[in-house]
Amino acid sequence: MDAISYERAGDVAGAVRAAQQPGAVFIGGGTNLLDLMKGGVARPMRLIDITHISGLDTVTTLPDGGIRLGALVRNSDAANHALVREQYPLLSQAFLAGASSQLRNMATVGGNLLQRTRCGYFYDTAFTQCNKRMPGSGCAALDGHNRTHAILGASPQCIAVNPSDMSVALAALDAVVRVSGPAGERTIAFADFHRLPGDRPDVDTTLQPGELITAVDLPPPLFSANSHYLKVRDRASYAFALVSVAAALQMDGGRVKTARIALGGVAHKPWRASVAEQMLNGQPLTQATLSNAAAAALREARPQHDNRFKVQLAQRAIVRAVNQAAGRAGGVA
Amino acid sequence: MSSHNESQDPGDVPAAIPTQPSRRRFLQSAAAAATVGAAPHLRAQTQTPTAPPAQVQQAVPSRPVTLTVNGRAYTLQLEPRVTLLDALREYAGLMGTKKGCDRGQCGACTVLADGRRINSCLTLAVMHEGENITTVEGLATNGVLSPIQRAFIEHDAFQCGYCTPGQLCSATALLNEFRNGTASTVTADVRSRPAQLSDDEIRERMSGNICRCGAYANIVAAVRAVHEGGGPVSGNDNPNA
Repeated sequence: MDAISYERAGDVAGAVRAAQQPGAVFIGGGTNLLDLMKGGVARPMRLIDITHISGLDTVTTLPDGGIRLGALVRNSDAANHALVREQYPLLSQAFLAGASSQLRNMATVGGNLLQRTRCGYFYDTAFTQCNKRMPGSGCAALDGHNRTHAILGASPQCIAVNPSDMSVALAALDAVVRVSGPAGERTIAFADFHRLPGDRPDVDTTLQPGELITAVDLPPPLFSANSHYLKVRDRASYAFALVSVAAALQMDGGRVKTARIALGGVAHKPWRASVAEQMLNGQPLTQATLSNAAAAALREARPQHDNRFKVQLAQRAIVRAVNQAAGRAGGVA
Repeated sequence: MSSHNESQDPGDVPAAIPTQPSRRRFLQSAAAAATVGAAPHLRAQTQTPTAPPAQVQQAVPSRPVTLTVNGRAYTLQLEPRVTLLDALREYAGLMGTKKGCDRGQCGACTVLADGRRINSCLTLAVMHEGENITTVEGLATNGVLSPIQRAFIEHDAFQCGYCTPGQLCSATALLNEFRNGTASTVTADVRSRPAQLSDDEIRERMSGNICRCGAYANIVAAVRAVHEGGGPVSGNDNPNA
């Protein structure tokens, strides 16, 4: 790891000010950043430790009935907070599906939003081609091992996927990201926070330079009775998703009033399956309706040579997750 | 600079590290902490980066960092980039905590920070001033092994033992977490407290600790035994876990 300078920020304004120094980045839990620094992928010169800023590590209720997760709430604390478990069990499940107990005790909500891809060609600097790490160098994954890569929304420049479980649930729940920066405070709708790669795969999010995530707001809980987070991975625990599904339903008897479906492990950002949602909204939840919706969600899929299996896997995962959310056991599409 | 030169490692330099005995002995007894500061980074500085930033700092001065480990204060002279793991092993001389992957994938480096289990390899020592760190050396109380330590012996929950310090710290936290009602990804419904600490729950909650010898069945048995036995988990029982 390169030599680094270190300073503790006392408050948000101080952190934002400190981040304007050359080569400065924020450090929260550090679980991704230090890993990237050890590998020579991230090479900051100065770390601004935000973990001692007070007021950002709490979960609070909002006047509209939603909740605010401070950016420094640790993933384990968010997962186990009574309000999250009771009112947003989908989010609790997603947190608990990620990483290990040790890492969840360290990783923060804000840091989880900024997790970088786990694409091996991005992570290993021995590979000279990676447009995300070195813009313009090419994408080694296109002709390489791409079993874990994107099937939706990729570009010729990058087929990496976002690794976060938390973010998949936040996408389904229409969360809002609150940030503070040199130009003041602003909010970013969750759908607009992460980017598709396009021709700038080196840029993961729409955060502006120097902006600090301060909180994530959740709208009032509409889906606490009927939601499910399903994660499909190569081993039973402590692995990134091949495919994951956050399914949230408002049911009216056997009819779907509102459906929310987001996919993980398939794209450069959490992928809202809006077409599938529209096909379920207002409809009786039959297996035929659900199968058709799942198929529609993957209609635009463009798999790579190693990950064609993901197209069917994602459809089946949608069916299973929605059935689970509805309180049914059914699985196969 | 309190008493960190008094090694808690009872043995002499083990033969298992033949290439580094002088360095290890030196680190454990070093009184000139500033000199220690230069040693561990030689390897890191010789790595060739493929994407150098505009400027690379050749060195950042070390500074005194006070860590409370197993109830004792250690004032160490550290560069900011020193991880908690390296601070414990290479500077404080506490070799119980092990370096496995050094990338947050194996759990060998697990310690407790204010009672919460963390991977000490993926955090900087300087970020932990003011916290109470517990390593495997701190699980026993006045020479009496903690219940989970005794259970690991009784249930033969290790072979080579390299992952064991991390497994022990992790299991200690697991038992406290479960008593506090935390859910896991195998908990049937996160809206309720998990009913019992099933073997599936133990396996899931211990999944951050890899055992290359494959002693998992006996590790699960040891954790189950302590849980079913009730009583305090360790002398460092912490409500925050």
